[in-house]
Amino acid sequence: MRRSKFLYVPFWATYVFLYLPIAVLVVMSFNAGRSPYTYEGFSLKWYGELAADERVATGLVNTLIVATGSTAIATVLGTLLAVGLARYTRSKTLDALALMPAVLPDLVLAIGLLVFYGMIQLTLGLYSVTLSHALFSMAFVAAVVRTRLSNADASLEEASRDLGAGPVITFMKITLPQLAPGILAGALLAFTLSLDEFVIAFFTIGNAEPTLPIVIYSMIRFGVTPKINALAAILLLVSFTAVIAGQRMTKIGERGSRAQD
Amino acid sequence: MSRIRFTRRLPAAVAVAGLALAVAACGGESSTSSAGTTAAKADDLKPNADLSQQSLQVTVWDGYTPKELPEKVKEKLKVKDMKIALHATNEEAMQKLTASGDSGIDVAFVSGQYAQALNEQGLLEPIHAELIPNLANLYPEATQLSYDKGNKYSVPYTWGTTGICYRSDLAKTPVTSWNDLLKPPAWADKKVTMMTTERWLALPALKALGYSVNTDKDDEIAKAKELLLAAKPHLLGYDDTTFGEKLKSGEAAMVEAWDGWCPTSEKNVKFVVPKEGSDLWVDTMVIMKTSKNKEAAHALINYILDPEIHSWAAANINYKVPNKPAMEKVQVPEGSLLGIKPAELLNGESIIDLGQASTKYTRLSTEITAQS
Amino acid sequence: MKSEAKARPAPRPRGRRLGAFVFLSPGLTYLVVLLLAPLALVLSYGVFQRGRFGGVVYEFTTENFTRLIDPLYLGVVAGSLKIAGLTTLIALLVGYPTAYVIAQLPPKWKTIALVAVVLPFWTNFIIRVYAWIILLSGPGLVNSGLEALGLGPYELLYNQGAIVTGLLYSYLPLMVLPLYSAIERLDPQLREASANLGASGFTTFRKITLPLTVPGVLTGCLFVFVPSFGNFVIPEILGGNKSIMVGNLIRDQFLKARDWPFGATLTLALIAVLIVLLIAQAWAARRA
Repeated sequence: MRRSKFLYVPFWATYVFLYLPIAVLVVMSFNAGRSPYTYEGFSLKWYGELAADERVATGLVNTLIVATGSTAIATVLGTLLAVGLARYTRSKTLDALALMPAVLPDLVLAIGLLVFYGMIQLTLGLYSVTLSHALFSMAFVAAVVRTRLSNADASLEEASRDLGAGPVITFMKITLPQLAPGILAGALLAFTLSLDEFVIAFFTIGNAEPTLPIVIYSMIRFGVTPKINALAAILLLVSFTAVIAGQRMTKIGERGSRAQD
Repeated sequence: MSRIRFTRRLPAAVAVAGLALAVAACGGESSTSSAGTTAAKADDLKPNADLSQQSLQVTVWDGYTPKELPEKVKEKLKVKDMKIALHATNEEAMQKLTASGDSGIDVAFVSGQYAQALNEQGLLEPIHAELIPNLANLYPEATQLSYDKGNKYSVPYTWGTTGICYRSDLAKTPVTSWNDLLKPPAWADKKVTMMTTERWLALPALKALGYSVNTDKDDEIAKAKELLLAAKPHLLGYDDTTFGEKLKSGEAAMVEAWDGWCPTSEKNVKFVVPKEGSDLWVDTMVIMKTSKNKEAAHALINYILDPEIHSWAAANINYKVPNKPAMEKVQVPEGSLLGIKPAELLNGESIIDLGQASTKYTRLSTEITAQS
Repeated sequence: MKSEAKARPAPRPRGRRLGAFVFLSPGLTYLVVLLLAPLALVLSYGVFQRGRFGGVVYEFTTENFTRLIDPLYLGVVAGSLKIAGLTTLIALLVGYPTAYVIAQLPPKWKTIALVAVVLPFWTNFIIRVYAWIILLSGPGLVNSGLEALGLGPYELLYNQGAIVTGLLYSYLPLMVLPLYSAIERLDPQLREASANLGASGFTTFRKITLPLTVPGVLTGCLFVFVPSFGNFVIPEILGGNKSIMVGNLIRDQFLKARDWPFGATLTLALIAVLIVLLIAQAWAARRA
């Protein structure tokens, strides 16, 4: 097969484009000077300053609280919803409805929720962000679990029901074990999406201590500081490790399930 | 114990009686104000309330109050807790305060015209002067501010004016007029920033044309719009928060700035109030009506008005405070902006909220930014 | 009730209703309360008036909708369409060859290349945008590089080019992934057959590969266009507030102007544009 060499130009351009800013962030995080533009020698002092920054620390804690809470809600509701949609209805409308929070722009969700919380006079805080994040996370969990469901063997469930088991028992004994990897994948997706979510959190947090993305946003609005570079480098390290570990895990999981078959 | 209680209660009781009289006296005048305005209910607050049952939630600009303030407040006022949330701009604060019924905030720091807007919406608790004896520290000028004469619902924290902050080492021509900003000379071309908050965005043009910053006349706003549109191609950007940084790094050479935000501590940075005049801005402290800790909120404001605390802003972040004994505590270096006297400040025109007409400024700011 | 049950061709299996209730009701309740009710509220706010100092006055008006066709706001919408459209176009032009090359790589490299496309996506969105301030600003890296080559300095930051760059950087992976899966699914024999019949590489691409990957192209375009169109962070951080997009306009109605009814109306307009796009995409996909 002929492969045109000129296709490699945009290919490599894409990767340079994607990684150049990241490389700059990481390099500048070790900058001894204060200038964000000129490198003046190696230093770890920005990491020290970052560690001493209470706002970043509380932001991180808040982000983890929101991500954990919303993932818990979204995983339960999303899994049930996926099973319900796949096994107990054929409604296309309900399918679309379940996907809507994932498809709508974040700004639309944020405005809707802000107006709604205002209407019911809810005092905004971390829990309103958690509830809001659970909304779109649920859609993602449901979508991931459904893919898994469509591959799962429905005849087992039917057999279970024929033998007189109710829907709940069937779900617990038959469906859930089959779905476990899908649920885990959905939960992981929900968790990472919540960690990074800014727009909805920004609109629905009220005056509570902010989540990390909001902290970063206000740091940037007050100017460029190498502290942000240090934070960026750490976040990069964490997410790179997580993604690579996730890859490894799915590979092992795949091998395991293949062995089972 | 009981003796202490008694002596504490007595002056408070006198003050309450005095306030009741004052309210009764003022009652007749304010009959024309909108339905949102609320009359003080003197029986609401207990001067000797147990503050250890109250927690404070404050929202303020980053770096605007001493870092150790919450600790000190907890120690001195014996409140249960005090937390500080930050906002980057007035607009962000307004979103927090108006987004839901109970924002959970007790005390907010916002600029004068925003305090006025909040009050017109009925969101503010009237200031119970008897709970804030340190109000006596304010300059007399600071009780006659046009957005809130008599400090009925807001207490001034800092004040100052808006002008041009520039790099004297890059300047090849003198900077004296708003027109220097709007029609920048070659050395500042594309190195100018103006503010994004709509009323301050309009200010340079309105003043250059000799209009009031509070004008609601369509033809005057239209003329200002032309000037601002003509200026846009010569700007680096619109910036409310990082213009000082940009000036320091040399990305910008001339910026519209609030006096306290102009980094005059740097060698080559100068501030000028243009000859056409400018505004008098006031950042205020307000108490939210929804607050469940109003006694503690008053105690906090009283504590901040203590010269010891209030002078911090002047000594550390270069903001003038409308507090006479506090200003007297501060060493004012030669040529420092802190030296501007209250009377001079009052030459500036206070920006007041224009109610329905404020949409004209929103539209103006959209028209400016939408133009490409 | 009885007659209704009789009318059904076959009685539902046992527990079906219970199952539907158990599984569907929690999620659907959540969707009704936190998605449909808020959207309905946004819809209804459009016909009310702005309170004098913010908030909503429940008096009927059509003014918000007439304001929509004001050239000022139409201009902002058109400008956003332009910026989001340009971003999508560039993403497609760069993303297609990238996805194409990835699809041809040996399996091991394929995985690595794919993960490498997605990796930056898992770091904080705002930090990714912030990186471009460092790169593009006056004394920034790109200008230093250009100066070393005897060029520039150019004004790279705080303009529409910077906005497009930031959007492209943020959403390019969303273009590459659907394109990759569309190209990957192609039967390589089709291309080989075309080549054996004497068609040039380009002809094969034009006649075989491209038409068969149109659904992927459409999905990718939608994935890039939708978040770009409603974005307000990137125009603010990289655009220096000099140009605004629909997202900024909506945000400003809630944050600055305190005009919730008009903000709600603009949100509806945003949804309307996206619905039109979705329908167009579905229609185009069916034709392809």
